[in-house]
Amino acid sequence: MSLPIPLLSVSLITFFWIVAGLLAMFTALSVVVLSLTWLERKLLGRLQRRLGPTRTGPMGLMQPVADALKLILKEDIVPTSSEKAIFWIAPVLVVVPAFMIWVTIPGTENLVLKNLGDLGLFYIIAFSVVGILGLVLAGWGSANKYGTLGGLRAAAQLISYEIPVIMVVIAVAMLAQSLNMVEIVEKQGSYPYVLVFPLGLVIFFIAGLAEVGRTPFDIYFAESEIVGGPFVEYSGAHWSVFFLAEYINTFAVAALTVLLFLGGWSGPFLTGNWEIIWFLAKVYAVILVIFWIRGTFPRLRIDQLMAFAWKVMVPLSFYAIIITAVYLFYGWPPWTLTLMSLAGLLVVGYAIYRRFAGPASQAAQVRARYQALQSRSGQ
Amino acid sequence: MTDIPTGVVTRGEPVEMLLNMGPQHPSTHGVFRMVLWVDGEKVTDVEPHIGYLHRGSEKLCEGEQFHQVITLFDRMDYLANFNNELVYCAAVEKLMGLTVPERAEYVRVILCELNRIASHLLFVATMGLDAGAMTPSMICFRGRERVQSLFEAVSGARMMHNYFRIGGLKEDLPDNFEEMVGELMPLLQADIEEADKLLTFNEIFLARLKGVAAISVEDALDFGLTGPCLRACGVDYDLRKADPYSVYDRFEFNVPTGLDGDCWDRHFVRVQEMYESMKIVEQALVQMPKGNVTSSLGRRLPRPPKGEVYVRAENPRGEIGVYLVCDGTDKPYRLKVRPPSFCNLSAIKHLLKDTWIADTVVVLGSLDIVLGEVDR
Repeated sequence: MSLPIPLLSVSLITFFWIVAGLLAMFTALSVVVLSLTWLERKLLGRLQRRLGPTRTGPMGLMQPVADALKLILKEDIVPTSSEKAIFWIAPVLVVVPAFMIWVTIPGTENLVLKNLGDLGLFYIIAFSVVGILGLVLAGWGSANKYGTLGGLRAAAQLISYEIPVIMVVIAVAMLAQSLNMVEIVEKQGSYPYVLVFPLGLVIFFIAGLAEVGRTPFDIYFAESEIVGGPFVEYSGAHWSVFFLAEYINTFAVAALTVLLFLGGWSGPFLTGNWEIIWFLAKVYAVILVIFWIRGTFPRLRIDQLMAFAWKVMVPLSFYAIIITAVYLFYGWPPWTLTLMSLAGLLVVGYAIYRRFAGPASQAAQVRARYQALQSRSGQ
Repeated sequence: MTDIPTGVVTRGEPVEMLLNMGPQHPSTHGVFRMVLWVDGEKVTDVEPHIGYLHRGSEKLCEGEQFHQVITLFDRMDYLANFNNELVYCAAVEKLMGLTVPERAEYVRVILCELNRIASHLLFVATMGLDAGAMTPSMICFRGRERVQSLFEAVSGARMMHNYFRIGGLKEDLPDNFEEMVGELMPLLQADIEEADKLLTFNEIFLARLKGVAAISVEDALDFGLTGPCLRACGVDYDLRKADPYSVYDRFEFNVPTGLDGDCWDRHFVRVQEMYESMKIVEQALVQMPKGNVTSSLGRRLPRPPKGEVYVRAENPRGEIGVYLVCDGTDKPYRLKVRPPSFCNLSAIKHLLKDTWIADTVVVLGSLDIVLGEVDR
């Protein structure tokens, strides 16, 4: 029997390399998180015609370090009425899966800690669900009503949006005929899947935003309503652990978007491990879009969020699977899938959006009514 | 955990949770406190608590001379200082039969309308924040900061101006005031338009606000709603038109109204009002005569005759009324303020019935309360 990781037959040297690899991954991800916080502050600042951080180091580059130091030095308050064990274990439950996902996400063909082969995509999806448990426990264990509300919101939201994510991932796996991350990228050698399967990218990106709780889906820690949700009682290092997990997950969603739809590390001019530059460039481009959305949109309400998940995203993701299956079964040329995807995006998306979520038609209606009102009062 | 979790009460069949919102909650616009009965995410009942910012302003007024009361009015609605100063000064002037110099009236109107814009800009900013959008707040605060810089140049203070005097103004405007306003207006227009475009017709914003906490005209009148909250229901009632005071009858402007009386309409009416206020400022700048602005009282203490007077004016938040009783001394015998925020806030229980938790902050934000005025 060949397990993906033969745990019981590890030699000392291999064990050393595993530990070294994990440490390297941890360091790299920490650096990434630092860069993301700086990038987010700067980009949001520019969107709002501010400068963002400027005082700490050149262009405020040391701001994330200052933030991290501040958070670690702060007093770590544990509420007396909290359930201590749950309160302590919850951040670990959130941050460990966030790191674990990255074990098998490849930067380039060879730059991956452990290529789990055909288990790769399955493993990633499986571990991304575990983090929900940590959020619910954090909310419940802190013995705070806002925290509890946030935790339950998180459970509802993340489980709902897990379905479209899984469906789209299945569709991509069908296209690539593999669950191996490296193979999926190699299959996109001639064209990235976004060209044949734009519907998948849209669903995956939106559902991914909801998965990591970025605006407009930051319902479960909505600052203006439930004041940080599950994290409301956390402070200092504990809070920074949640923060770390959140940014790593954001990075993971961006990386998966790139790997599954944007051709991963493939790009002109670079070969070998240098292709990581292409990978990082694409990932950061997706990250910038996520931050851009954060600077633009308000937040949805929980019922609208759930309605959007179950009435729009889930049916659309089923449609995505069906068109992929039809395309593969009949062996049609790739552009047919593009057409079907786009048609699905336009027709199904618009129809369902109009019928169930409604804000687009409502916007048009309201605008028309008020223009009529204004022209009346102007006379 | 062996004991029953505190705060879970049973009222009838479903188990409801008691959720205390405020006075330290970031979205209660100060120190307002609500106790919500929530059934899951639905709010079934709400109990508002006020008084955390009670400073006894009305009582304090009785111990101050008439000029000193102006500073207390600055601190009631601290986002519309000039408007508050205006209504108090108008009350004393009416009792004393003072006529205010023409130029002073125009200066008052200009400053009041600019203050209205600043106040509504802050409303749009907090409305965006309550709904979860952060960029409009930055844009609006930038616009408000521009207005406040102008106020600082005029009165020496960004917020607590103490610039109006009974019968006139403290001093004339700075020499380059008209240039400053001329520079300010296009920038302000751009800021308002930017925030307006970013927020008002945004699909998510509409989904969050349209149809939420709608109030009928009858209910609105019963609760004593005034200002944008009443006009959002479609009632064309603005004291600047309905009962013109100062020199408001000399300007052409529209009174924007809404249709449904919901949160979005309250937002929309305020945004439109900012454009109308800009029209008034532009007209007032053209019409403003030269001349004296100081009071005919000179340096004498105002000592109104025995009597009582009620004066009302249109504040950014609604109709403010000042009921002043004098006994012939240099201090008010009794001073009662009818604060618009307080009356608007009284509808909160009605508005929040059967809404979502997320709606509470939006509804509260749409009423645009200032706790300094509610509690006084």
